[in-house]
Amino acid sequence: MTVKEIFDAVLAFDEATVTGKTQAELDGGTDIDAILNDGLISAMDEVGERFSSGELFVPEMLMAAQAMKAGLAILKPHLSAGQSQSKGVVVIGTVKGDLHDIGKNLVSMMMEGAGFEVVDLGVDVESEAFVKTAAEKNAQVIALSALLTTTMPSMESTVKAVKEAGMATRTIIGGAPVTQAFADQIGADGYSADAPGAVKLVKELVA
Amino acid sequence: MIIIGELINASRKAIKAAIEAQDASAIQKVAEDQVAAGADYIDVNAGIFVGKEPEYLRWLVQNVQEVTDKPCAIDSPDPHAIEAALSVHQGSPMINSISLEKERYEKLLPIVAGKDMKVIALCMSDAGMPQTVADRMKIADELVGGLLKNNVSVENIFVDPLVQPLSVDKTFGVEFINTIEKIVATFPGIHTACGLSNISYGLPARKFMNQTFMTMAIAKGLDGAIINPLDGRMMATIIAAEALSGRDNFCMNYLKAFRAGYF
Repeated sequence: MTVKEIFDAVLAFDEATVTGKTQAELDGGTDIDAILNDGLISAMDEVGERFSSGELFVPEMLMAAQAMKAGLAILKPHLSAGQSQSKGVVVIGTVKGDLHDIGKNLVSMMMEGAGFEVVDLGVDVESEAFVKTAAEKNAQVIALSALLTTTMPSMESTVKAVKEAGMATRTIIGGAPVTQAFADQIGADGYSADAPGAVKLVKELVA
Repeated sequence: MIIIGELINASRKAIKAAIEAQDASAIQKVAEDQVAAGADYIDVNAGIFVGKEPEYLRWLVQNVQEVTDKPCAIDSPDPHAIEAALSVHQGSPMINSISLEKERYEKLLPIVAGKDMKVIALCMSDAGMPQTVADRMKIADELVGGLLKNNVSVENIFVDPLVQPLSVDKTFGVEFINTIEKIVATFPGIHTACGLSNISYGLPARKFMNQTFMTMAIAKGLDGAIINPLDGRMMATIIAAEALSGRDNFCMNYLKAFRAGYF
């Protein structure tokens, strides 16, 4: 019952209630996976749905993620090896020559909220850095962001570098000037117009 | 207010199509409409055409200036594209924009050094996006200092402090407008300019937020804007805010706008 209250508290952007209820459930012996998946993660899924439908806006998505993270911090020390493993590893960054980080940060945050392990390489990232990190972390997906028409070619070279490295890692792209047509053109495995869409895309790609 | 009309940008579908079809009259119509609505500069951008940008940018300048005496704001980070546009440009153009990003700075500085051109100086460096007044002023000091040293007159510089979305940080609006105030106080005679719609990214009712932000920025001294001059509400907001900021003698512009049906 009260796992539902954690879910509701995330959707109410109420960090104090999320931490209080999460701690109470943990102390009461509720299954950690249930708290994590049915409480925190599924609440962020719902936040994503509501954002994509236009009901919620960016600041609310940020507050929900902050509340969710506070709950997750309580669970983390109790997650044993093998239990509640991450749903996959995503390496994310803004491509070479581009310093814009806001869209990339929103995607990164929503991926974490969905239970993925996210390795954020920041901005102005060389294609070799994506390839190297993805190999080291055994990442399933590399997510590339660009906000300038002038840096979109860096996406193409990064996608190419991943393919040339012979990796199975999938590539997805996004950012204001980016389109599905551009993704098809450069051979990326997916495109999304917003952060929750990117989460859905990664779920499909790792399934 | 110095209005830079933003509509001739190839990232807009209709403009992209007109450029691809080399449809000069379509481009000229957009230029004329913006001038009629009060644009002082006509921005031209062909950035999406990799490889063809110089040719297209030159074509845009030629066609725009066939129907108006207004100068263009040449919107590109590529020195070859800018030079191609400048080769046909009449009058004193605006370059949109130089920044403190090393590559961009080094490539664009020789173009503007010692010339009578306007230049937008964007507060961005390789260290990333500035967030606070101090971050922005550090970049502005270096950037404006570099331009002045290279014989660009202070009146030709338009500092853009870089608008970031309010939706991700509640301080992004106030840090921007406080930077405007500081720049105007630090460099007498300088101009400021910005494209401000980024402020409302991630929020509903964006036009309302953009207009309110414009009012606040004008109160702090903003005197240049990269906007859609056909947006009558935005133009009306600018006219009223300028009158309220003491920049409209006897409220003549405000009254003129009233008679023209803006309010």
